Amino acid sequence: MASNGIRDRVAIVGMGCTPFGEHWDKGADDLLVDATRDAYASAGVDPDAVDAYWLGTMGSGVSGLLLSEAIKIQYKPVTRLENMCATGSEALRNAAYAVASGAYDLAMAVGVEKLKDSGYSGLVSSRPPDDGTLPSMTAPAMFSLLAPAYAKKYGVDEGTLKDVISRIAWKNHVNGAKNPKAQFRSEVPLEKIKSSPRVAGMFGVFDCSGVSDGSAAAIVCRAEDAHKYTDKPIFIKALAFAAGPAEGFFNQDYDFTTFQEVVASCEDAYRQAGIQNPREEISMAEVHDCFTATELVLMEDMGFSPRGQGWKDVLDGRFDGDGPQPVNPDGGLKSFGHPIGASGLRMMYEMWLQLRGEAGKRQIRDPKLGLTHNLGGQPGRCVSFVSIVGR
Amino acid sequence: MAGIARYGSYVPFSRVQRSALGAGRGSRAVASHDEDSVSMAVEAARGALRDAAAPDALLFATTSPPYAEKTNAATVQAALGLSENVASVELGGSSRMGLAALGLGLDLASAGRRALVCAGDVVIGAPGGPRESQGGDAAVAFLTGPDDTSAARLLGRASATVELLDVWRLPEDRFAKQWEERFGAEVLGPVLADTVTRALKDAGVEPTELSQVILDATNPRAAAGLPRALGLKPEQLADGLEAQVGRSGSAHAGLVLARCLDRAKPGDRILVASLADGCDALVLQVTEHIAAARPSHAVDAWIASKREDLAYNAWLKWRGILPFEPPRRPDPERPAAPPMRRHGRWKLAFVGGRCTRCQTGHLPPQRVCSSCGAIDEMQPERFADRKGRVATFTLDHLAYTLQPPVVAAVVDFEGGGRLACELTDVEPSSVAIGNEVEMTFRRLYTGQGVHNYFWKARPQR
Repeated sequence: MASNGIRDRVAIVGMGCTPFGEHWDKGADDLLVDATRDAYASAGVDPDAVDAYWLGTMGSGVSGLLLSEAIKIQYKPVTRLENMCATGSEALRNAAYAVASGAYDLAMAVGVEKLKDSGYSGLVSSRPPDDGTLPSMTAPAMFSLLAPAYAKKYGVDEGTLKDVISRIAWKNHVNGAKNPKAQFRSEVPLEKIKSSPRVAGMFGVFDCSGVSDGSAAAIVCRAEDAHKYTDKPIFIKALAFAAGPAEGFFNQDYDFTTFQEVVASCEDAYRQAGIQNPREEISMAEVHDCFTATELVLMEDMGFSPRGQGWKDVLDGRFDGDGPQPVNPDGGLKSFGHPIGASGLRMMYEMWLQLRGEAGKRQIRDPKLGLTHNLGGQPGRCVSFVSIVGR
Repeated sequence: MAGIARYGSYVPFSRVQRSALGAGRGSRAVASHDEDSVSMAVEAARGALRDAAAPDALLFATTSPPYAEKTNAATVQAALGLSENVASVELGGSSRMGLAALGLGLDLASAGRRALVCAGDVVIGAPGGPRESQGGDAAVAFLTGPDDTSAARLLGRASATVELLDVWRLPEDRFAKQWEERFGAEVLGPVLADTVTRALKDAGVEPTELSQVILDATNPRAAAGLPRALGLKPEQLADGLEAQVGRSGSAHAGLVLARCLDRAKPGDRILVASLADGCDALVLQVTEHIAAARPSHAVDAWIASKREDLAYNAWLKWRGILPFEPPRRPDPERPAAPPMRRHGRWKLAFVGGRCTRCQTGHLPPQRVCSSCGAIDEMQPERFADRKGRVATFTLDHLAYTLQPPVVAAVVDFEGGGRLACELTDVEPSSVAIGNEVEMTFRRLYTGQGVHNYFWKARPQR
């Protein structure tokens, strides 16, 4: 029994990503057409060349027909999958395994979400009929549980912690301002972030990721075929995933300052990729900053910062776009936006651009290894995905 | 004969000041947005039951039933974790039914059965009217049993039934109407005098021997002349709680009786009468068992534990009288019947599980132990009376609620077990990690015509 990984056996050879935002004029089908068209063009292949598809969407449609009807797939396998906010990454993971196994030569992972047709604030998800006893907390409320717990455990006063999480939002807006595809493309003054109307707990509006529409797609093949499609493929070093018993809601020892699922998936990913010291070896990361405090806790769970020290690294600018270890150089969920099923592939799209030297004003100098981290659920009860990619 | 073995009471947390209604002095008690006659009756009955032997019958009286059709008493039964073999009866139609139910419960006790008698009411009136300002919300519960262990023995009783148009409400109407008070007083005053006289005669008790007299009426004028007619001294008259609670419908006579029992000495004799479309009157004698019969919360303790400043518009919104702008969020979904039935012991009785192998507590109950992995080795355990502490919390300004923000917390229970749930009856700014909380049965919301009952935590009252 082992998580063996597929280090350097699969390459990404083409990607597409729509702008994220309020696409009042586009449905999920339109967004899928745009993202897949760009991915085909990026890999230089006709649609016929792709042998199988994995479509991730949390709730913008059901079955592979959502994709096959939109882009007129000619009778090929299309799997629709869902794993909460990690859905897009899960599509990539499955497509990568499909080509690694030899079952297919060329596969596409595509993610899409159309959130802005609901008319509601924030994220809305439908649940199967239930007994009415499940907590009715909204997503910001669930993640806001992290803040007072972190402050108490590490003796950080709440004013300082508010400064820390506000700086995370500020940094991701600075990055997003340089990204033509981001939902929010302007810098936001720290004071405005700090004084924004409260949504839940310590979180104001600016601590929350953008609710948006969008789609992203990746084409994968076995590593030995990669140069048939592009001069600059990127290679998968690790793919890890973890789901647990949701211990945080049973176990009194769980203290809401960590995601066990993230710790487990990172350990697996680092083992697969042979990484000893992620703080030094990972050049850049796209992480699941659904809320600002999430990004803070992730820095510690991922081993980018020692326990209880992440807040200092944030204030020191370690994770800034021009810092020693940039995190969310594309603006992250915070300013790029968070169309659920597309987000994991959007993170990979930034790795694609950065590792190929195509990130424009955001370009990081000579990145070696990039990490994407995508989670779904809530503190104490989530699924977590981690990938590591490189040239 | 028979008597009252145990009792409990409940007055909700909020008060509306009558000055805010332009209706004189004092305040009235107001059920929270997540309470109704059933949930309040459960709270009162928890005080009455504690470690008592389980009742054979459950009687529930209310003029504000959450469901017009569906046995509301069954929800009370389930929330108390009582056996499904209990007989249940529901009484309604007038505010007299609370005391009538106690009379019936005493009859059952005479027949050798133990009855849990609950009454609860959420009293609303058309804005600006006297029912709105003079009414109150509360609940009370009595456990009846055989004479020898009673805390208050029944000495005598009398009843009357009078058909007249005094207080009435059509099924489709929100607010009850009342005929001119002078008419009601004229007809019902003599009925009260006659019934009380018969009850005292039945008990063989003289008015001067009564330590407390409780006169509850739809129409205060109807009872106004009686103390003088009976030659009662002012100190014999029980405080009707008009100034702090208001008249709480079918619960009221019992609530005032509960307060008398909170303060009574063995040997005290109490007359309680309720006047509405007739009259019921009971004469009781307090026994040496009274101290053991008292609940942890006296009526005065409930009254003292309060928020005094509930805004009039918030109250009207809670009762669905005032339309309001909802958050830009989906309306709550109705819970589904089969999962509610499957998980009924959890949802209503708050019964979780404890692993018999490693003793880990689980809320909700699980088949597989989260700690040791044992399958189907759980022991049911009721957590309703377990104290808890806030492990972490948040204020949710986005979630649907009639009283924003939702105060959501993760609660760790004494002896193990953890639950994420809402806090209620709480000042949001007072919540802190480590705060002690207790569980309370609530109506979370009503979705698509279905009431969703479950438990919340509240700061200790």
